[in-house]
Amino acid sequence: MSAAGVGPAPRRGWRSAATWVGAAIVGAVLFCAVFAPLLVPHDPFAQDLNNRLATPFWMDEGHDPAHLLGTDGLGRDYLSRLIYGARISMMIGVLTVVTSGLIGITLGVLGGFAGGRVDDAVLFAITCRLSIPVVLVALAVVGLLGSSLILVVLTLGLLLWDRFAVVARSTTMQVRNLDFVAAAWCAGCSRFHILLREVLPNIASHLVVVATLEMALAILLEAALSFLGLGVPPPLPSWGLMIAEAKEYMFFSPWVIVIPGVALFVLVLGINLLGDGLRDLFGTETET
Amino acid sequence: MLRFLVRRLIVALLVAATVVTLAFMLTRLSGDLAISIAGANATQQDVEQVRRAYGLDRPLVVQFFDWVGRAALGDFGQSYFFKQRVSELIAERMPVTVTLGLVGLAIALVVSLPLGIIAAVRENTAVDRLVQLVALIGQAMPSFWLGLILMVTLGLRLGWLPISGTGSWEHYVMPGIVLAFSAIPALTRLTRSGMIQALASDYIRTARAKGLSRASILLKHALRNAAIPVVAIAAVQLGFMLGGSIVIESVFALHGVGFLAWESIGKNDFPVVQAVVLVLAVIYIGLTMLADLMNAVLDPRLRSA
Amino acid sequence: MTALLEVEGLRVAFGGRIEAVRGASLAVARGQTHCLVGESGCGKSVSALAVMNLLARRGRRTADRLAFDGADLLGLSDTAMARLRGDRMAMIFQEPMTSLNPAYTVGSQMAEVLRRHRKVTRRAALDRAAELLGRVGITAPGMRLGQFPHQLSGGLRQRVMIAMALMCDPELLIADEPTTALDVTVQAQILRLLAGLQRDLGLAILLITHDLGVVARVAHHVSVMYAGEVVESAPTASLFANPRHPYTRGLLACVPVPGKVRRDQPLGSIPGVVPRVEPGFAGCAFRDRCAHADATCAAAIPRHAAGEGHDFLCRLPPDWVQAEAAP
Repeated sequence: MSAAGVGPAPRRGWRSAATWVGAAIVGAVLFCAVFAPLLVPHDPFAQDLNNRLATPFWMDEGHDPAHLLGTDGLGRDYLSRLIYGARISMMIGVLTVVTSGLIGITLGVLGGFAGGRVDDAVLFAITCRLSIPVVLVALAVVGLLGSSLILVVLTLGLLLWDRFAVVARSTTMQVRNLDFVAAAWCAGCSRFHILLREVLPNIASHLVVVATLEMALAILLEAALSFLGLGVPPPLPSWGLMIAEAKEYMFFSPWVIVIPGVALFVLVLGINLLGDGLRDLFGTETET
Repeated sequence: MLRFLVRRLIVALLVAATVVTLAFMLTRLSGDLAISIAGANATQQDVEQVRRAYGLDRPLVVQFFDWVGRAALGDFGQSYFFKQRVSELIAERMPVTVTLGLVGLAIALVVSLPLGIIAAVRENTAVDRLVQLVALIGQAMPSFWLGLILMVTLGLRLGWLPISGTGSWEHYVMPGIVLAFSAIPALTRLTRSGMIQALASDYIRTARAKGLSRASILLKHALRNAAIPVVAIAAVQLGFMLGGSIVIESVFALHGVGFLAWESIGKNDFPVVQAVVLVLAVIYIGLTMLADLMNAVLDPRLRSA
Repeated sequence: MTALLEVEGLRVAFGGRIEAVRGASLAVARGQTHCLVGESGCGKSVSALAVMNLLARRGRRTADRLAFDGADLLGLSDTAMARLRGDRMAMIFQEPMTSLNPAYTVGSQMAEVLRRHRKVTRRAALDRAAELLGRVGITAPGMRLGQFPHQLSGGLRQRVMIAMALMCDPELLIADEPTTALDVTVQAQILRLLAGLQRDLGLAILLITHDLGVVARVAHHVSVMYAGEVVESAPTASLFANPRHPYTRGLLACVPVPGKVRRDQPLGSIPGVVPRVEPGFAGCAFRDRCAHADATCAAAIPRHAAGEGHDFLCRLPPDWVQAEAAP
């Protein structure tokens, strides 16, 4: 006769609004990424040394109507670079999640399903992975092998699988012990069939939530690597690289770092909002 | 308890061994190190000389065990660029990074604990939502960008704090704030959920039935239990912060090990890079063990188990 | 002399949608054991928590009168109420396993009560704690003081809870199903302990239980609760001899009495469960489960007196049992 559990939580409305905002942000950035060539007003790589650091529209002084968000230190159109930057961020985000998801989910499901020695090994791999400093190692790899987009994806993918593994492992363990899996065993289904048909669909919702978290993290890390000069190579307009290139002008024209920074922040915020919303929707409480 | 500790120690050693191997392999990724070290303009003869001087002509296995053997004794060899012992370099720079990490953690805790407690006490109100929004913002904030923004605002416009360098305690404030941002979301959420759980528990009802004051109920009875996981995660977060300090140190030109590693990566100074990776990993492993220990100390149920 | 605890027209609502207590009234006399009985979910615990002002944040209580020792409790501030709790009125709970804070020793949790309400040294508070642990039948109290809750069994923990409740010599002890979570043998020990304490210390006890066997053994007075209302209230002997409310009669029929119930005779049971009652509900909440229900049960229900200190809430007249038995 406790008083708990009466009435639904009153935050649903607020939560779903936040989810829609997140979805809208991600949708908009995805749209920009896909249709970048059709959307840009200028060639994002075309330099115009006579028109350097034109200010964006909200500043009166030095604004060139042809460049809505102004131009960078080499006179390239900032809006066009920003739109192309969305491509790189989304590409990094999606590809990294695919790579790290493949590794992490395979390991996690294997450990959670097989148990015993296999599980010990998976746990050990996760522990090792966690004790490796991600940024440092990613920087070192890119520094030693030379920067390229595909290398950044591979490096981040190889480094960010830990949460996938942790969640896949624990949820697989839960699902493994449920009745319908036992029923499938009894029906003589193969191991592989049970994994693919019974386990994976039931842990998928948890993994989707992890995927959003990892995508946000990968985008932030790529920006940091590019900012440090060891991510995506110039002249590709990665948002992190744009901030790095703008750094020398930031004390006189702060907007040059504000624009790509805000874009990065809003995208990551949007992905996180969407992730939180999905978590509520699925009713999953993901660990870590 | 003792058995648990011994088991934990063995796993930690195995992890360390694995990371050592990975750190070693990492620096051999680029193929022929001798060419990288000698530089692009070096002649075939120069490269051969470098190869012999650094022992790169020996079989890889020999190189590996040689390095491991020395590393175990704290000898990471000689830096190619700084012409100094790597161990000395790291020892010189480590205090900066550790100070930065501790400042960051302190700021993070000072912010997260009250925020988490307030959010839990006011669960499902506007205050709670505001705190969760703060956590979301912290999570989405690119740390290097926040650093630049602080440099422009607090440093240049307001002139409150020095923009970069390592001179005084003031140099640690801005990087500390930026570093704290990375830990605040996790710590705030954990404090909040821990407090919500604690406040809904039967022993809090008992504490209220005993007529204890609100402060005593919140801070003595609820927080004491909610803090157990927070303290453990704080130790682990410190490990992440030390590892992530490379970005912040380079933004603020703070001469810690992260900055050292960044410089060394740019200069192909692989003994320094692998040593920093190793040292940071070992510190992280140590901190996770510390976290387990603190858990045991703080939770009477684990202590006697 | 007025009763120690007077409750009249107590109402508790959660989130404005569910009314857990709907105008319950009861009076606990000094130095007596008053039992509050009923099925799970009928509002017994919520009533007790409401009296102590311990409801969860969403719970709202109102009452026509709520007084302790003649003094009004409704107008008291949270702080003033907290000063009273643990001092003059104490409470113990159903779940001894989780009711003690796992992070502190038994001694520190007990001493804390006295230190909060009296100006005493830590040493003196610990001495008092040790004395009370002995009083509730715990051996080696000195050692127990230094132990953590997880090192004690459920029965021991409930004894600790009782000792802790007695730290300030309260006049009223509210015990919310204190034996439900315990083994049968331990249950008997705890009940005997409570009865002994009540006798020796002149304690008034409000004992919440669903076990009529317990009621018969320890209660001076019984209030039967159903769906947030006290449907029948009587001195123990009177209630067991002349139960009037159909619900009370149903409850009593569920209890096997050796010698009275034949082996082949089926045990009584009440069909259905306690309904959730929403605000605005009128009439008798038991009518859907009652064999005597008719159309008038949906109207306002009168409270009939059925003897000295005995009343019940039903449309049936006080002498309906005899009238039914007569023809």
